[in-house]
Amino acid sequence: MRFADLRARLERVGSKVTSAVLRLGYASRFLGYLVLHSGTALRRFHLTIAEVYFAGVLSLVIIVVSGLFVGMVLGLQGYETLQRYGSSEALGVLVALSLVRELGPVVSGLLFASRAGSAITAEIGLMKATEQLSAMEMMAVDPIARVVAPRFWGGMISMPLLAGLFSAMGIFGGYLVGVQLIGVDAGAFWSQMQAAVDVRTDILNGVIKSVVFGIAVTWIAVFEGYDAPPTAEGVSRATTRTVVTSSLAILALDFVLTALMFTGGNAQ
Amino acid sequence: MQQTPDSASADAIVELRNVSFAYDPAQPVLRDINMSIRRGTVVGIMGQSGCGKTTTLRIIMGALRPTGGEARVLGAATKTLGRDGLYAMRRKMGMLFQFGALFTDMSVYENVAFPLREHVALPPELLHDLVMMKLNAVGLRGAAHLTPTELSGGMARRVALARSIALDPRLILYDEPFTGLDPISFGVIVRLIRNLNDSLGATSIIVTHDVQEALGVVDYVYFMAAGRVIAQGAPDEIRKSHEPFVNQFVNGSSEGPVPFHYPAPDYRTDLQGAGADARVAGVAAG
Repeated sequence: MRFADLRARLERVGSKVTSAVLRLGYASRFLGYLVLHSGTALRRFHLTIAEVYFAGVLSLVIIVVSGLFVGMVLGLQGYETLQRYGSSEALGVLVALSLVRELGPVVSGLLFASRAGSAITAEIGLMKATEQLSAMEMMAVDPIARVVAPRFWGGMISMPLLAGLFSAMGIFGGYLVGVQLIGVDAGAFWSQMQAAVDVRTDILNGVIKSVVFGIAVTWIAVFEGYDAPPTAEGVSRATTRTVVTSSLAILALDFVLTALMFTGGNAQ
Repeated sequence: MQQTPDSASADAIVELRNVSFAYDPAQPVLRDINMSIRRGTVVGIMGQSGCGKTTTLRIIMGALRPTGGEARVLGAATKTLGRDGLYAMRRKMGMLFQFGALFTDMSVYENVAFPLREHVALPPELLHDLVMMKLNAVGLRGAAHLTPTELSGGMARRVALARSIALDPRLILYDEPFTGLDPISFGVIVRLIRNLNDSLGATSIIVTHDVQEALGVVDYVYFMAAGRVIAQGAPDEIRKSHEPFVNQFVNGSSEGPVPFHYPAPDYRTDLQGAGADARVAGVAAG
């Protein structure tokens, strides 16, 4: 009886793993097809620009406000710690490196997944539920090329720009708190930042992270929307899955990328 | 205007020969379907919900491929068509979905212009004229600036019809075009289906369970039940049919081969068994 019970449990686990692998394979084929049929999205670039507006421009408020507050908190916390060691002038370095290397790409990626990723999934899912995608198919228009690909490229272009804006606003928030409120020397704040932040190891790596997160979030969002069961519940579940899966993917990818980018440098 | 499968000829625009289809081999959805639909006719595929008529439509539009037999549409066997071949075939087809399936982020004008923009490079003036002509054909030229959310159900269906004929199709498919329409909208849609078919020189296939309404507009009917064609003929022949299922369906009777009750255990046992248990439980609790 116990053996049968154990076997049933193992079978359930095996079945879940198999279906997860199958789904990942299906999502990968979907991405391959999407990239191969991106001609329309790139040739008629105004379709992609419209999606940059929906995914990027409409996310500006949440990105700008969050970036500002995260930078202000970093300024307060950073000063609190740095002044114990008499190096409060390094506040600019701390704020800038924290934002450019980590917080900028990661937090803006999480916000992007919640704001734009969920909207992309819901929109594609509802188009499917109301037969708009089938109608396109019947008009001999490939919905992946016409609807999905512009959203994918639009999201991918928006994400690094939003991450850059998030970091810039964060640094400005750190400056407001550190220099204007607490009274750290403005010259030291900016000059130390300028000297310590490297374009390649810090800024470029941050940009690479944000591009990778942009691909992950928009891929998950468009796939979940396209694969959603055409019902109200199906679309709602797909939207939730987009936010959860994207957030976990961002955190996992961040660890992998950080390990690849910075550990090697420190070991030298 | 009458036709039979035997009259299948080069004139047939849709031809299904012994078509069968199944998602699961143990439960076939379609069995040995034979249809021959001639150019210029309006043909109805009717039957109860779940009888396989929408699956037949999906086979004709190439969304599903038959698991047995052959489906030839506009001269091509759908089974052999790749993505490009299928799209080339669909460019000659128009489809009206049950609730219109209009693009909600576009205006009425943009909806009708969509297939033209996607497939034909036209100067803006010519595109405008074509869109207005299509909208005028369905009586909605004045609604060009509205959005789909501002339209009634009947108007949305008419806009979708204008969009489906934008590329002057040779074959127009209608999936339940009469569902949820008020009598005026219904009359308008019936008239449009007939007029557009005749003026475009097209062929129309209407999938519906609204028998009485559809019999007034079609030239020929295929009646389906349980995945098979059980009767076919001109509307008058169908009305006079002695086939029990067709009779029940045409007359909307609750008595006939389709039972009123879903299969269930014996009524008395169900009531007395459950009631007795509940009463015993109630006495014990008291």
